[in-house]
Amino acid sequence: MGEEVKVFGYWASPYSYRAELALKLKGVSYEYINEDIFGNKSDLLLKYNPVHKKVPVLLHNGKPIVESVVILEYIEETWKHNLYLPQDPYDKATARFWIKFIDEKCFPTLWLAAWSPENEREKVTNEACEYMKTLESALNGKKFFGGETIGMVDIVASSVGYFIRVTQEIMGLNLLSADKFPQLFQWSEDFANCSIVKESLPPRDKLLPFVKGLIAKYQQDNAKA
Amino acid sequence: MAEEVVLLDFWPSLFGMRSRIALAEKGIKYEYKEEDLRNKSALLLQMNPVHKKIPVLIHNGKPVCESLIQVQYIDEVWHDKAPLLPSDPYQKATVRFWADYIDKKIYDLGSRVWKTKGEEQATAKKEFIESLKLIEKELGDKPYFGGESFGYVDVAFIPFYSWFYAYEKCGNFSIEAECPKLIAWAKRCMQKESVAKSLPDQQKVYDFILQMKKHFGIE
Repeated sequence: MGEEVKVFGYWASPYSYRAELALKLKGVSYEYINEDIFGNKSDLLLKYNPVHKKVPVLLHNGKPIVESVVILEYIEETWKHNLYLPQDPYDKATARFWIKFIDEKCFPTLWLAAWSPENEREKVTNEACEYMKTLESALNGKKFFGGETIGMVDIVASSVGYFIRVTQEIMGLNLLSADKFPQLFQWSEDFANCSIVKESLPPRDKLLPFVKGLIAKYQQDNAKA
Repeated sequence: MAEEVVLLDFWPSLFGMRSRIALAEKGIKYEYKEEDLRNKSALLLQMNPVHKKIPVLIHNGKPVCESLIQVQYIDEVWHDKAPLLPSDPYQKATVRFWADYIDKKIYDLGSRVWKTKGEEQATAKKEFIESLKLIEKELGDKPYFGGESFGYVDVAFIPFYSWFYAYEKCGNFSIEAECPKLIAWAKRCMQKESVAKSLPDQQKVYDFILQMKKHFGIE
């Protein structure tokens, strides 16, 4: 069957990463196009995502799908093997709840905690810790959020488990520590050690200087505002 | 099997309205429980410990939180009547995109229209109208966002119609003048019993907003 699958992404984007990991989990071949999102977005990107003009964009047989979580749901429904969402409607609703929680609360607050100015950092950090405690409770003794294998919540939580961990290293913060959040910390180790995850994550030595530069930019912009 | 469905809600909530409409579309009998948000019930705090917010859908004792998650859940459980989401994955992705747009852009901008004043409000108003025009373009000439039948995006967006009068009075503009097709669509939706009985009166909503403004010290 002639399937044409393309991903317009950015190598360091945690959102873009989700789309790629999902396709890899399904064993779907795709062409990856790296967009210069900080410089010059391509005409194709602007054509396929006119509303938000962002990555990732999944192009399947010429039709664009945008917004990382919408993309994940689409991939699940199109390639119906190696399923990463539960079949039961209640369990599915629960997974969707945690995904929303990560994207609306956990991830943004953790990112904010990384670059906030000193005087605001404590408050944001406390909030982030509360969210992480709550997220940890969702693990509930399981190896992954999806149970024995990686599920959609794990894919989305990679933003916290990998990208935020790298960010914290740069800032000398220790929010996602083994003693404060043992289950969540263990989860992030197990997740990053999965072969399919390991081979697809952006390399740490490349990501570190990139995130450092990004944080500096955020701090600069915030100081000006 | 005796199904027990309870909805913890608050009458002007745009989000609660979505679940009311979805349940009505499916003809599901449920118990509606009005919450006093200044004095949240023990049940609410138990059923939504993470956010402590309404709406909460409780199905046979198990809670489902977040309105769009509830609408999808309702559609999946009671799948043999009045389907709300399309079955095709690409069409499903499209409706999820627009529901997400409504929550990320339209809701926030609308909030800023009634919560702010002066230049901040002027900017919010301009962006709000732009976002309405964009979604009006998506509607096109279709009777509903779902095409011939009322669907997921219609459910996600029609509650805002009950707040239009409040936005207009606070921002001093006419949504009908800016987006006539959207108003025509809204009136068409209001012909449906599931919508008409789920949306509060626009004047009532405006009075509520005025109270909120006083409470927050925004005049």
